[in-house]
Amino acid sequence: MRLSRFVIPLALFVTIVVFSFFGLEIQDRDKLPSALIDKPFPEFAAASLFDPTIEVKNDALLGRATLVNVWATWCPTCKAEHDELVRISEDTQLQLIGINYKDDPVKARQWLSDQGNPFDLVLQDPEGDLGIELGVYGAPETFLLDESGRVLYKRVGAITREVWSHQMLPFVDDI
Amino acid sequence: MCLISLYSQAASTVDIFEFSEASDKSRYQSLIQEFRCPKCLNINIAGSDAPIALDLRRTVYRLIVNEKMTDDEIRNFLQERYGDFVLYDPPLNERTWLIWSMPLLFLVLGIWWVFSTKIRSASESRIELSQSDRDQLKQILDDNR
Repeated sequence: MRLSRFVIPLALFVTIVVFSFFGLEIQDRDKLPSALIDKPFPEFAAASLFDPTIEVKNDALLGRATLVNVWATWCPTCKAEHDELVRISEDTQLQLIGINYKDDPVKARQWLSDQGNPFDLVLQDPEGDLGIELGVYGAPETFLLDESGRVLYKRVGAITREVWSHQMLPFVDDI
Repeated sequence: MCLISLYSQAASTVDIFEFSEASDKSRYQSLIQEFRCPKCLNINIAGSDAPIALDLRRTVYRLIVNEKMTDDEIRNFLQERYGDFVLYDPPLNERTWLIWSMPLLFLVLGIWWVFSTKIRSASESRIELSQSDRDQLKQILDDNR
């Protein structure tokens, strides 16, 4: 009797502490872990934004560490992160590839000429089909790939200076 | 070929998809109930108005009608892209073993608890005397003799 009076509250206490420890550590509950981490970037073929006659495939991602950024002109958060993408394109050796997600190509080209174009290459995904292949469920989303096209990291939401230096740079330095 | 508008359970979304086979239509309706919308956390893709839920319903339709995939192939397709999150029935793996083992753990604890209280109540029904109790009792009886 004395033992269970001690053990039951202790067991409850330990359970609450353990679950709080792990549960409260989960930041951003609305951000899902990507199913693509450590896997090769999916096979795709998409038209270039600036020249729709050019079809871009996976080989465009190979040979250089690459940042693939899913963006759209209808997405306010994309506007917020744009300056940081421009800075990354200027300050790093990364190749930047944009996926213009469920957008109007005319507006997209206008946006890039107004605000500066950080991308080496921009692909069109008018219906969001490439987005489905990538497990995208909103914009912006950003994938970091190594030279072999393997996904190292995925960011859901804007890349800020802080996200860049604390979460992404360690992966970039390892490449 | 008939034009069928599908009303989801939540009745908030109306998509127009054409099905030539009635069995495809019923598969579609049951599959879209099964997947969780990645954007809106606890609504299935049938009941959500989020654009991504519409895209996923369109994808399920395409996989059934154009790609002729089986239900399991469609589940794998979405799981490979969106992770275990889209399945309301998560598989047993290194991240979920603890929660899956809970029912068994509670069963074992329950059995242990029932047995330990039974043994205790059985032992409490008669009075156990320690050696010193017995010596003391013997002493009292001897003194009174």
